[in-house]
Amino acid sequence: MAETMLAADGTPLKRSLARALRRQKLRALALIAPLLIFVLITFIVPIASMLFRSVENEIVQNTLPYTVQELASWDAATGEVPDEPVFEAMYFDMFIAAEAKRHTRLGTRLNYEQTGLSSLFRQSGRKLDDLGKDIQKPLEKLNSDWKDGETWYAIFNGAPADTALLATQRARVAALTDNPTEGDVNFAPRADIAQLLPKTARAYTAWAVFEATQDGRDPATRDPWEALPVALATDLQTADLSAYSGPGADLLRAAQSADLPTPDFTAAFTDMDEDWATIIPWQTIQTHSSTYTGGYFLNAVDAQKTPEGIAWQPDDKQILLKLFGRTIWMSLLITFSCIALGYPVAWLLANLPMRKANMLLILVLLPFWTSLLVRTSAWKVMLQQQGVINDVLVWIGLVDDANRLIMINNQFGTIVAMTHILLPFMILPMYSVMQTIQPSYLRAAKSLGATNWTAFWRVYFPQSVPGIGAGSILVFILAIGYYITPEIVGGTKGVFISNRIAYHISSSLNWGLAAALGSILLAAVLVLYWAYDKIVGIDNVKLG
Amino acid sequence: MQMTKTLLATTALTVASGTAFADGHMASDMTLVSWGGAYQSSQQNAYVAPYIEMNPGVTAVWDESSAEAVAKLRAMNEAGNVTWDVVDVVAADAIRLCDEGLALEIDADEQLAAAPDGTSASDDFGDLLVSDCFIPQIVYSTTFGYRTDLVGDTAPTSVCAVFDTDAYPGKRSLEKRPINNMEWALLCDGVAKEDVYDVLGTAEGQDQALAKLDTIKDDVIWWSAGADTPQLLADGEVVMGSTYNGRLFAAIEEQKQPIGMLWDAQVFDLDGWIIPTGLSPERQARALDFVKFATDTQRLADQAKYISYGPARLSSAPLVGKHESLGIDMAPHMPTDPENAKNTFLYNYEFWADYRDDIDAKFQAWLAQ
Repeated sequence: MAETMLAADGTPLKRSLARALRRQKLRALALIAPLLIFVLITFIVPIASMLFRSVENEIVQNTLPYTVQELASWDAATGEVPDEPVFEAMYFDMFIAAEAKRHTRLGTRLNYEQTGLSSLFRQSGRKLDDLGKDIQKPLEKLNSDWKDGETWYAIFNGAPADTALLATQRARVAALTDNPTEGDVNFAPRADIAQLLPKTARAYTAWAVFEATQDGRDPATRDPWEALPVALATDLQTADLSAYSGPGADLLRAAQSADLPTPDFTAAFTDMDEDWATIIPWQTIQTHSSTYTGGYFLNAVDAQKTPEGIAWQPDDKQILLKLFGRTIWMSLLITFSCIALGYPVAWLLANLPMRKANMLLILVLLPFWTSLLVRTSAWKVMLQQQGVINDVLVWIGLVDDANRLIMINNQFGTIVAMTHILLPFMILPMYSVMQTIQPSYLRAAKSLGATNWTAFWRVYFPQSVPGIGAGSILVFILAIGYYITPEIVGGTKGVFISNRIAYHISSSLNWGLAAALGSILLAAVLVLYWAYDKIVGIDNVKLG
Repeated sequence: MQMTKTLLATTALTVASGTAFADGHMASDMTLVSWGGAYQSSQQNAYVAPYIEMNPGVTAVWDESSAEAVAKLRAMNEAGNVTWDVVDVVAADAIRLCDEGLALEIDADEQLAAAPDGTSASDDFGDLLVSDCFIPQIVYSTTFGYRTDLVGDTAPTSVCAVFDTDAYPGKRSLEKRPINNMEWALLCDGVAKEDVYDVLGTAEGQDQALAKLDTIKDDVIWWSAGADTPQLLADGEVVMGSTYNGRLFAAIEEQKQPIGMLWDAQVFDLDGWIIPTGLSPERQARALDFVKFATDTQRLADQAKYISYGPARLSSAPLVGKHESLGIDMAPHMPTDPENAKNTFLYNYEFWADYRDDIDAKFQAWLAQ
């Protein structure tokens, strides 16, 4: 036994076999590779990226990077509005965001958390220029050179460059606009001026990067934004220019000694909108500033993230958990009605002579080939109060004309219409399993003395369970994600969670919340599948 | 993500580099997005067909996706492949697309046609230019229709008839969203018209509106498609219901249903074009050229021949004539007609942009109770 077995070419047999097996596996993998890649690209990746939105929250950081930094040390619990530095950072962040038209997008995002922020951001974006003009005018009056973009360029451009500043601003503009900012910008902030006038240099660099990479213009010849004079006036309050002798030294010194208006950012924002003077917008920004958030998932289960921690939504806004429960409960009901209605049909299909069975199968499939919308609308015609069923009932005198039955725009309507629509998905797997059950087994049972019922229940039914299992999984999973039928016939009490997902995808544009709801639905299905596997066993499922 | 960014970058670059020397070159294919149905064919007849006649070689393709335009445009923009050239949306959607940076900003005086008498486009459209990106087309209204044979001897004259189930028993149909319904509820609960939005901005006001709606909750069928109410009225399922005035016009004048219009407290809203951002310069030039033509005074007046929506230009109003096939005067069927517009509301865009999600959550929770 010590001697290892060798293959014909002298290599150990074990290794030779393993190699052959591996080659075979690789060949098999190569054969399915096109399908695998197709599924990955068109199915898994989009779903994963959509679900990723349920935790992604970069927009606050990306739009207001310096404000978020400044706000970190503010404590909302004091009830005091943040200090001037926060307002100052907000002004410069908002300015560039407004130029990139991102402030309104942020407003929409924050409005999901705090009603009113959407218009606050939109309107403030329009009024941002006012403060700039108040300072730009006296500065230009002082020396008309300040009107000229080349003056600014000469002051801030040059070597040795502050490469770190340029790199940060490139990254910042890239994050803000979602566009790349690589490539030549024909500008480098000079290190000495960047140290002397840090805020202006930062604002100017951000502007130059934006101008060059987003609008494709040369910053050397362009006039900078109104925010630049504001930044300069802020810096000149404290800058010590006595040792400076670089470009524009006299201009800067003259500007410093002239009495430029001091920018009052708090007052400027309060002027734009009173709401900035309350803690509400600041608290919202601070609470929701992290790059990743569990906020959407909390919202999806009727809770919310507040400065004090996690709390339930107010009672009159709680709806989603209820809808989840209703979706699962009604999907189960629909699945059971499909089993009850489908089982006899499938049995008949499997036991009738071929010709008749084919005919019946076409009848089962016919509605399956009709448009979903048409079938749903047909149920409306059937079930409504002036509809076919009510008319017949009134005509034969079973129902009083004044008290016609209400069978639509409620849960009953949804269950009826969806059971009908999903029935083929139950019948077909049942049918294909029942076809494989040998009729001789039943005859054998009977010849051994079983009654009809015992023969069915002890012999036939257990063999048809895999078909029921497969049909139930199909129907349940389809039902849980159904959208259009509940929307049309569900009224107020028959709608599903998917109707809310659709609302958040297409109407409110709150894709984060929609993704969170979708993820929870997916998780619920997986849990139920797992439970099914534990209880019934997934090996017992057959599609044919 | 990286791929998206690269795609976006190339699009941005082509846009940036192209604008400089693209003057005059226009794409020859155009994808127009609209709502389908009678409305879309009114657009086809009034200005798409004449435009194509004037510009042989241009082909226009319709996509009936306006209802999902905002979501689809956002997805297209993220994928860096915008396939639509001109999109018809309601004003509220235009504002959101503009906020998201998905719609092109338009300088009305520069890029739209002036009125024949020389009035600038911005004056001619006036207040209807509710967003920098929005090019108004029509004024429509959401109002009530009632079954003339089911309301008894006294036809309703006030919107509050909707809340009066004693005088007008039977079901009503209302749209399955808070917008408009909350306003009508407050109005009929004694709130003055000018205070409605102040009241609705408070939690108590929202509760008040829901409490008023609660009084008729069991008698309401909620609709989500504009065609529902005319159908429900025609079937006799409801005695009255809200929908767009053009739908009621079609049911009354074209299908001769026994339906009356209740113009009281009708809510004006606007519909118009936006041009998506991220188009190539040629396509953008074509789209701009088209909307300039399609929203001039005569074209907007022409559209009223096919559908009973009011032209968004002041200068178009006197040119509104007769219905193309029915031959009836269209002016009395316009929501803006003085006889119909005695008591009106204007959709408050700013308010609903802020409060929509909040009130919608409450409204849906109330519905599900």
